Amino acid sequence: MTAVITGIGVTAPTGLGTDSYWEATKAGRSGITPIDRFDASGYPAQLAGQVPGFTAAEHLPSRLVPQTDRMTQLALTAGAWALEDAAYEPDAFGEYGVSVVTAASGGGVEFGHRELENLWRKGKKFVSAYQSFAWFYAVNTGQLSIRHGGRGPCGTLVTEQAGGLDAVGQARRHVRRGTPLVVTGGVDGALSPWGWVAQLSTGLVSGTGYRPFGAEADGYLPGEGGAILVLEDAESAAARGIPAYGEIAGYAATLDPRPGLDAPPGLRRAAELALADARVTPSEVDAVFADAAGVPELDRIEAQVLCGLFGPHGVPVTAPKSATGRLFGGGAALDLAAALLSLRDGVLPPTPGVERPDHPIDLVTGAARELPLRTVLVLARGHGGFNAAVVVRAHHGKGAHPWRS
Amino acid sequence: MTRVGITGIGAVAPGGVGVKAYWELLTQGRSATRTITAYDPSPFRSRVAAEVDFDARAAGLGPQEIRRLDRAAQFALVSAREALASAGLTPGELDPDRTGVALGSAVGCTRSLEEEYVVVSDGGRLWEVDHRYAIAQLYGHFVPSSMAAEVGWAVDARGPAAVVSTGCTSGLDTIGYAAELIREGSASAMIAGSTEAPISPITSACFDAIKATTPRNDDPATASRPFDRTRNGLVLGEGAAFFVLEDIDAALARGAHVYAEVAGYATRCNAYHMTGLRMDGHEMAEAITVALAEARTDPSDVDYVNAHGSSTKQNDRHETDAIKQALGLEHARATPVSSIKSMIGHSLGAIGSLEIAACAMAIEHGVVPPTANLREPDPECDLDYVPVTAREHRTDVALTIGSGFGGFQSAMVLKRCPS
Repeated sequence: MTAVITGIGVTAPTGLGTDSYWEATKAGRSGITPIDRFDASGYPAQLAGQVPGFTAAEHLPSRLVPQTDRMTQLALTAGAWALEDAAYEPDAFGEYGVSVVTAASGGGVEFGHRELENLWRKGKKFVSAYQSFAWFYAVNTGQLSIRHGGRGPCGTLVTEQAGGLDAVGQARRHVRRGTPLVVTGGVDGALSPWGWVAQLSTGLVSGTGYRPFGAEADGYLPGEGGAILVLEDAESAAARGIPAYGEIAGYAATLDPRPGLDAPPGLRRAAELALADARVTPSEVDAVFADAAGVPELDRIEAQVLCGLFGPHGVPVTAPKSATGRLFGGGAALDLAAALLSLRDGVLPPTPGVERPDHPIDLVTGAARELPLRTVLVLARGHGGFNAAVVVRAHHGKGAHPWRS
Repeated sequence: MTRVGITGIGAVAPGGVGVKAYWELLTQGRSATRTITAYDPSPFRSRVAAEVDFDARAAGLGPQEIRRLDRAAQFALVSAREALASAGLTPGELDPDRTGVALGSAVGCTRSLEEEYVVVSDGGRLWEVDHRYAIAQLYGHFVPSSMAAEVGWAVDARGPAAVVSTGCTSGLDTIGYAAELIREGSASAMIAGSTEAPISPITSACFDAIKATTPRNDDPATASRPFDRTRNGLVLGEGAAFFVLEDIDAALARGAHVYAEVAGYATRCNAYHMTGLRMDGHEMAEAITVALAEARTDPSDVDYVNAHGSSTKQNDRHETDAIKQALGLEHARATPVSSIKSMIGHSLGAIGSLEIAACAMAIEHGVVPPTANLREPDPECDLDYVPVTAREHRTDVALTIGSGFGGFQSAMVLKRCPS
């Protein structure tokens, strides 16, 4: 059973919609700006990846706007675009033939922040009836399911920034067990002062910029957005006449050992297991989308994994997320979207903001790099020791994307 | 096909810490609901909850764990450790790389988050909350995945790990997810369970706003009365239950006791409304039917149904219809169906796992727990709900059902494992 991606919807700091995101990403344009969503002047870090020019009412029915957090509004928008891209027809898949599996991290944080303020500043009568579901982790899955009639097995996975890959891994299980179409990926965001202060508490947010693998790396920047993807059984997609961006060929996840334990981190194991799952060897991997934490120690660990698997400078590595910030539940899903677009076009986007890597890896910097791509590895790590890896492969079977045939 | 069994169980529940205390409460038909003590509930419409009397130190947590962890994470650690011990295992004894973690939770570290919010906002006064008052572990409270990592570290599991969050069916879906990982070979054992400690002012406020919780504050012990004509809302609860799940053949080979086989599981979504249910119970019936098919079990072989039974007007009728559709009218009427939420309340994301633990105990002991406080049957809820008193009843096949915000409908079939 082959599971392929047939639809992509992007809401990112670097672009609303897949095309504008991809043009900006290939050109290495950054979406990092000083925070304008709230007054950040009192905080030690003030840069973030904000989705520009998004007005929820332009994309959603008006009744949904007051009951949803901004990250859910972005998710519903990306979801509609992804399904449109996949030429989705609601009644074509049988009663339980459509599922939704998304990644989350902190839920609807900005919405929750407002309601906490309503409760503690004004009193309980001022708390919204929508609070009971607008901020919980399953909200995007529930809302996407309602909006598009997803009545098959649905769920939400939370592994912080690794979640986008875990959601796609779970979506692939559903496809293998007979659900023809799964709406998956993730869109996230917590750009309210409460979400910002939570980020600051990690001590890992940079005050100056997000420069993964660079000599000046001193932390990451948070952002909002992500990608919703449509995963389908390849045969069913081919029967519909829908082209595929690529195949989800391998997936695996691991947890790091307890801090202080004398044992290696789990990232390499996740990568090896995903490659084995895809039945490919490291020498067959054409490019890697890195987790690229931007935290020197974490960058070093990832660079060691890359060198160990592929040899020093052994494979092109890129991290376009330096232009969006880390998007948590949305981050790995957006990386996966970028990897699939790279496969389609035979071009690897660069890592904006980094001039030269401080590690023995072949980091794509400056201009995008044109090269034939068949197999791409996507890595992701979530706060607390979560590791996930996905192998995407160009789909050459029936229903291969016309751009690549 | 790999069969997956429960070889270890741990529980933290209202009325007691540990599986033994939990099962005693259930079989005695005692209600753990009382007036909320966690904070002053007087401003709220619903002022009762089923709280856990939890002494973290007595439960075995270290000083740093107590400082670092939200109450929900503390419940998780205590019950995961009990599960591991009850499986006859010590941390690291299972191959760490082949042991995974799945943790269910609907609302994560709500309680700590609200407490910290109150501090950094200076009692709600500041929109631009003050980072200088934030604790180092604030982000750990923000992302519930931190709880799954903590469990992994405590039992030395380094395989696949994740939080499964599907609102009030999380506790069922997490075990379904974990069993699937063993069957597909991604892990050879899973430490899986769910936890919730939602009893805090913001939870009370948002459930008040939609009138989901009961306003019956004068007699807390009888406030949760599933299937009773006079029921008027759910009672909030808290707690955790964890399991060790293993390939049954491997477990038996190491001489382990298998409490029950996780024989079938399915989940469906109603795609209807974030908090409302369709009247006909159609998707829930479908989930039950698919779970029974996966368990290769005829509906007429179900010996006991552990109901969602949340004590809301809407749910209990919806669920009764779904059970009738899935089991057939005749067998539905002949089968004991009970809701333990009558005793331990509704602990949101944790309840599904607590209910699985109750089913495993029912299979183990041949006793089904009652529906406490069911005195005046609702004419529209016309099954055998095991009112008030536990019943001796040999149970080889137990079905447990959940329903939650977001439209999730889940069902799991547990079977006695022939040793």
